[in-house]
Amino acid sequence: MSLAKRIIPCLDVDKGRVVKGVKFLDIRDAGDPVEIAKRYDQQGADEITFLDITASSEGRDTTVHTVEKMASEVFIPLTVGGGIRQCDDIRLMLNAGADKVAINTAAIFNPDFVKEAASRFGSQCIVVAIDAKQVSVAGETPRWEIFTHGGRKPTGIDAVEWGIKMAEYGAGEILLTSMDQDGMKNGFDLGVTRAISDAVNIPIIASGGVGNLQHLVDGVVEGKADAVLAASIFHFGEYTVPEAKAFMRAQGVDVRL
Amino acid sequence: MSSASQPQTIAVIDYGMGNLHSAAKAIEHVSDGANVIITGDPELIAQADRVVFPGVGAIRDCMAEILGRGVDKVVHQAIDAGKPVLAICVGMQALLNSSEENNGVDGLGILSGDVRYFGENHRDSAGEKLKVPHMGWNRVSQVAHPLWAGIEDNSYFYFVHSYYVDHAVPEQIAGSSHYGFDFTVALSAGNLFAVQFHPEKSADAGLQLLRNFCQWQPAP
Repeated sequence: MSLAKRIIPCLDVDKGRVVKGVKFLDIRDAGDPVEIAKRYDQQGADEITFLDITASSEGRDTTVHTVEKMASEVFIPLTVGGGIRQCDDIRLMLNAGADKVAINTAAIFNPDFVKEAASRFGSQCIVVAIDAKQVSVAGETPRWEIFTHGGRKPTGIDAVEWGIKMAEYGAGEILLTSMDQDGMKNGFDLGVTRAISDAVNIPIIASGGVGNLQHLVDGVVEGKADAVLAASIFHFGEYTVPEAKAFMRAQGVDVRL
Repeated sequence: MSSASQPQTIAVIDYGMGNLHSAAKAIEHVSDGANVIITGDPELIAQADRVVFPGVGAIRDCMAEILGRGVDKVVHQAIDAGKPVLAICVGMQALLNSSEENNGVDGLGILSGDVRYFGENHRDSAGEKLKVPHMGWNRVSQVAHPLWAGIEDNSYFYFVHSYYVDHAVPEQIAGSSHYGFDFTVALSAGNLFAVQFHPEKSADAGLQLLRNFCQWQPAP
């Protein structure tokens, strides 16, 4: 009897619609985010992550409205990420009903923002999102670096050191996405997941690369992730959340059923 | 208490800390038409039929706001008036004698117990590292109480905290969980019920607890 490993469906939302899906198909409309979040809640998802990929400022109002609606109907934790650059953005999302915010690029350009956000709102609602890519070659000691702009821009920052620093700065949790694995459906990058999970004392959410249910188990058992995040396997009905949980439990992973 | 024809008022105490909207929205969802208000106004809270005392963030800041705004008096009044009062997370911790957090902070001393840190090197019995904060879903073992009605024993609830209740009085313990060791996650004393977890984020089990709270008629 202890803390259950969490399964977190992720909604990529653009102008009020869930869009991301299977990369090899054209960008596919997966539906209304509130309806989808309700479905996952009913299925027993442990949390919902909502990533706002809208660039425009008008889109921002739509996002706030969507978060408000979701928070009135879905009573599990809700994390909102995308475009969180200052404390006002955090205040706006928390007031709309988010429980946590994910800070990504803004943390890289201004690490003190994480400190400020954690002291103002509490570490429990500050998630730092890390996009990492392996930069070592075969035969070298594995090394991963932080990338921005959807994996196009290297920053020169070591991913494990960055995780340690963000935990010290007050992050309550790390959302770790492997840019090498994202969309590949070959499973998480277990090396970087485990390296950061061993190095810090805060929970790690593994993200990027889930193609089947064994990948979720591997993320927890080998990657030492505290939670696993997936999008497309759930959105397009390949697997349901209860199927994922039943599989994980059968493999000895403690999940909330 | 309001008459049957009039919707009851449930006040969620606002003292400037954290996100109260989740709690208010969840209570609205289950309260069958109650008037749910988020307020720091002592008069409005005094007029309410039920009071929710939430809290997130650091205890020092919470206690400073509680004392600075006179929320301690409001909470005492509600308890003395026999109204059902539900404290959540740091709201619960603030009711205890003291907390280790922020180098030691005095609480309101309404419930017996102290608040302690899980520690940097928290491990389970097998020696595996346990992350702090204790964040996620854990099972709650119940001690019979009307607020658990319709909730299966050992159901999962959502937690997020780094400090836990220690030295509670056995007769006030209403629930416990396990994270490296057993610890108290629910306390009850007369018309007061306090929980470490977040019922407003605990799916069906949490909503049922809030529904029970909205209907609870504690013995005078």
